[in-house]
Amino acid sequence: MAVLSVDGIRLAFDGVVAVDGVSFEVGESELFAIIGPNGAGKTSIFNVLSGVYRPQQGSVEFNGENLLGLRPHRIASRGMSRTFQNIELFSHLTVVDNLMLGRHNHMKYGALSAFLLLGRARDEELKNRSAVEDVIDFLELEQWRRFPVGLLPYGVQKRVELGRALAMEPRLLLLDEPVAGMNVEETEDMARYILDVREELGIPMIMVEHDMGLVMDLADRVMVMDFGRPIRTGTPAEVQADPDVIRAYLGEQHRSVAS
Amino acid sequence: MKGRPELYTSYAQDMAFLNTRPKRAWTGGLVILALVLPFAITDDLLQLLATGFVAAIGAIGLNIVTGYAGQVSLGHAFFLAIGAYTGAALSGSETGRVIGFGITSLPIWLLASGLVAAFFGVLVAPVAVRLRGLYLAIVTLGLVFLGEHVFREWTSLTGGPGVGRPAAVPELFGVRLDQDNAVFTAAQQLYLVMFVLLVIFGVLARNLVRSRVGRAFAAVRDRDLAASVIGVDLTKYKVLAFAVSSFYAGVAGALLFVMNGFFDPGSFSLLLSVQYIAMVLIGGAGTISGAIMGALFITLLPRITRELPAVLPFISGDATGAVTVFQVEAVLYGVLIIVFLIVEPRGLFGIWVRVRNYWRTWPFSY
Repeated sequence: MAVLSVDGIRLAFDGVVAVDGVSFEVGESELFAIIGPNGAGKTSIFNVLSGVYRPQQGSVEFNGENLLGLRPHRIASRGMSRTFQNIELFSHLTVVDNLMLGRHNHMKYGALSAFLLLGRARDEELKNRSAVEDVIDFLELEQWRRFPVGLLPYGVQKRVELGRALAMEPRLLLLDEPVAGMNVEETEDMARYILDVREELGIPMIMVEHDMGLVMDLADRVMVMDFGRPIRTGTPAEVQADPDVIRAYLGEQHRSVAS
Repeated sequence: MKGRPELYTSYAQDMAFLNTRPKRAWTGGLVILALVLPFAITDDLLQLLATGFVAAIGAIGLNIVTGYAGQVSLGHAFFLAIGAYTGAALSGSETGRVIGFGITSLPIWLLASGLVAAFFGVLVAPVAVRLRGLYLAIVTLGLVFLGEHVFREWTSLTGGPGVGRPAAVPELFGVRLDQDNAVFTAAQQLYLVMFVLLVIFGVLARNLVRSRVGRAFAAVRDRDLAASVIGVDLTKYKVLAFAVSSFYAGVAGALLFVMNGFFDPGSFSLLLSVQYIAMVLIGGAGTISGAIMGALFITLLPRITRELPAVLPFISGDATGAVTVFQVEAVLYGVLIIVFLIVEPRGLFGIWVRVRNYWRTWPFSY
């Protein structure tokens, strides 16, 4: 059964059509990649899924529930989490606090209990702190725990952002260019964490990425976008061989490299 | 763990209210100092410090909405005024000139003042949800002028400009705190009560800001887009920040003039808001102890500038002369804000952190 099914999405800002006629499904523990040139509408799809933009047409079903019209925090509470292309961490807070924020909806106590921070509120804090430590352990962030994230190196910040998304215990994870701007070593580390997420946690993922090597190695299926429209969806091998994809995105040179 | 007191063996230790030995030692020391002071210094200084403690409660409130939740508010004077008039009207006696309900029990009118101010905070908050930064500052600035007008005209409540009305009547367990008795002078009593109230409201606020709610405030401040996609309801937390902040302002407002016993509507001008902004910025935005330091600093500042004419003869001590102490004072708020923003944006708290880190690694400076 599909975790997420997107059908006929159309998103336009006045005359500019950002996304048109996009339909796809993501299955359980599947890693679905979206690729395409800059401005093809990849991030716009993420913004539609997480409720930042509202499309004019189409439908988005997440675990059988319609998501369109819900505000972002409502969608988050249903188990959708994401990372951002340009890191969107809470830069003055420590790594622990950033991850604790990922567990915001796993805690239920309100403002009045927060003033006292005793009893149930304290229990919830402790329980969630221990869940956060599991994520810290998983992503090997131990040494950075107490640092305000604004002071951390770029690659570590990317990892903290993945950690914040994982701390939410998501049912679907959206990764927006997880290795953008990273060197080879950092890219390999991140690829390993993404594989770990899939194998150990079994969380389905949608990944937008420009690093073709990474996409072709990791993804189960790939959707190629151009000018807001999907031009081909298939396995990495099928997509790489498609003449439309080569013309629009990969380029003629790629044919010889791929074969 | 014997011999390694700094080693945490549980998350509860790590997340404790005072989680390090130096914190416990400093807090204990300051509390003892504060409790000894009333028997060591003169009554007029005690009065000033008591006012400082009350201002600290107000500054903590402003820091919650501005320092933690990132919503710049210039309207703090308005909420202080709401608290001051609620407290004064509830506890005061009907004189024919100003209204009063004669409920003199301090806990009751204090809570009521906070709640009424919080109610107005919630009324204003929907505007804050739609605006940010400078635009929000301008709208909250409008509140101050609106309030000034209403309080000037509503003379049965406020006594009118230049005349004023008696401040809230502080009575605790049947003891009038603003009158000398066999054991304590009025100043000593008020000082101790204000100190206890500051400790209570300070501890509550610090719990709030290190809780799920406080983290959500900081998330809204740092990145509101990211906050919403991880599940923080922006509207809810902005409204909550305004409610808590104005509750604190209401409490502080109700207590602020108890030491003097009298106040008039002219007190709640833009200058009062600016003073509180100065407390937060000079003390350190986004810290509870910083707000307290800033409030004490700004409250004690006039006392220091009053000594200036003795040192610098060209400054006159009264309202006559080319340069008066009052002008120097007003200029100092602005200069201090600018200096702190440029030199130490983390305020007095930041200076303290630097001193602490220096001695932590002493004598190795790396």
